Amino acid sequence: MNALAARRRHPAAIAVLLVLGLALVGAAYSIFAPKPAQAAVASASADKVAEGRQLFLANCASCHGLSAEGTKSGPTLIGVGAASVDFQVGTGRMPLSAPNVQAPRGERVMYNEEQIAAMAAYVASLAPGPAIPDEKVSSGEGGDAALGGELFRVNCAMCHNVSGAGGALTRGKYAPPVQGVEGKYIVEAMLTGPQSMPVFDDKNINEEGKASIVKYLKTFENQPNVGGMNLGNLGPVSEGLFIWIFGLVLMIGVAFWLGQKAA
Amino acid sequence: MSDKGLPATFENPGLPPHVHRAADDDPRAAKRAERQVAGLFTLSILGTLGFIVSYFAVSNSTEVFVPFIGKTNLLNILLGVCLAVALLGIGFGAVHWAKTLMSDEEVVEERHTIGSSDEARAKAAGILAAGAEEAQLKRRPILKATGATALGLFALPLGVQLAGSMGNPTKALEESKQTIWDVPKGGKPIRLVRDVERTPIKASDVSIGAVFHVLPETIKDSHHVLEDKAKAAVLLMRLHPSAFATDDLGTKAKSWGYEGIVAYSKICTHVGCPVGLYEQQTHHLLCPCHQSTFDVTRDCNVIFGPAKRPLPQLKITIDDEGYLVAPQGFVEPVGPSYWERKK
Repeated sequence: MNALAARRRHPAAIAVLLVLGLALVGAAYSIFAPKPAQAAVASASADKVAEGRQLFLANCASCHGLSAEGTKSGPTLIGVGAASVDFQVGTGRMPLSAPNVQAPRGERVMYNEEQIAAMAAYVASLAPGPAIPDEKVSSGEGGDAALGGELFRVNCAMCHNVSGAGGALTRGKYAPPVQGVEGKYIVEAMLTGPQSMPVFDDKNINEEGKASIVKYLKTFENQPNVGGMNLGNLGPVSEGLFIWIFGLVLMIGVAFWLGQKAA
Repeated sequence: MSDKGLPATFENPGLPPHVHRAADDDPRAAKRAERQVAGLFTLSILGTLGFIVSYFAVSNSTEVFVPFIGKTNLLNILLGVCLAVALLGIGFGAVHWAKTLMSDEEVVEERHTIGSSDEARAKAAGILAAGAEEAQLKRRPILKATGATALGLFALPLGVQLAGSMGNPTKALEESKQTIWDVPKGGKPIRLVRDVERTPIKASDVSIGAVFHVLPETIKDSHHVLEDKAKAAVLLMRLHPSAFATDDLGTKAKSWGYEGIVAYSKICTHVGCPVGLYEQQTHHLLCPCHQSTFDVTRDCNVIFGPAKRPLPQLKITIDDEGYLVAPQGFVEPVGPSYWERKK
């Protein structure tokens, strides 16, 4: 304790305290943050739609309504199609863990593939809507990375950043990163226009274009960072912050060293 | 001395006593400092040699995994690190040398006047006067006049080129108000085409909530594609017709569109960035540069940010085949403000 007391006026004491405080707050948040409730899941049945309906009534109906007509807390699911269910539930966005400006990508997917397929089948049975895309499109095979790059820069890059790193929208909403996202979910997002995102259906960007966009993103992900650390590919903000924090501190340190009397 | 014990005038306290450094008194410390400086210089030599060796020995397509960076280019990393070691070795070595071994005895240097002596100045003036006399400037004024005129006029060709390259300001201003959406008198309405594929768009292709990045069909005849595109880029959105505001602005926006499909210039009225971030639930259009936000349901009025005017709307309708067309160009200049602009 004496050693600690003796060092309480050390120049690094404030920095150490700050780091400790931040770590504590972070740990407390991760413990107390709202988590999705564990919902009982019905056992598998032969009829997918019937099973999907059971799952829907047990897990989704409180917000989306008993017949998916929508309530004050959630939009109607009539006509959103299987692609929408597969995207929202498959990426862990639904069930929503807490009301917020937008549903974040979930760390944990709450249902297995079979259950998601059942719910998708039930929602698709309500009204026609976009179906889960073909493997041919979502794998990006046969797409043209150059065309995909051009389409991505014109249609997607303004929100998702030219490297797919994501970006900010208005009032706390944001476009999530698309790096490392499965091709299936990228295509489903284009087809259904989840949350703030507009719809890019096949009449806007055709299947070849969509496959090309997936191919472009996969090509981009596998490229090495030729320029060294990419700092999240966010552009001037993160790069400026880096040089202000590290470059400037280094320069000030050297200036102090130069100005110090030798004896 | 005043009665309070303070001096009446400030007296120069002189320099503090000189303090010796470890290396000044202790030969072992001096030897250690010498070794440290030599070590830093040797590090620099190794860095330079390493740079040259890696330049020739490492292929520029070799990839390597580096912690915190990920997969990266080996040659770039080696060149950068070697160059840093080479330069920092010299820098740190020189500073360490100066701080430990070079003399640090305080020396007083008095200031002196900067100007030359009076004799030197008089002599220089005399040389100039004699030169002018020998060149007969005073006796032959016509040489002085024509020579000065020739030198002065020589600036004109440069100035004429500069002014000429800026073009006719009135014409330039007029052109800045035109885009390739403008339909000549009696001309056919211009079809809207997709930005990348350049294919025309049917009204039935545009679903509610969809957004298309659009150019005029005339872009294919353009001789200055990038310049024309920079002014003619348009964003096409389809809202549910009930989403528009019921006031004058919302009604105008709806009536200039077709069944809820509306087209707006993509060039921000602040400093001309492309406004492309459309949120289909709030119908807000966000400019990524300075966060100007436009409300599509109220004729793209500014609701946040530094932009001062709404985005210009492009009036659209459909032709006989159901394709979206623009019967007229923008009614106001697109893009940022300039001083002549009234609205």
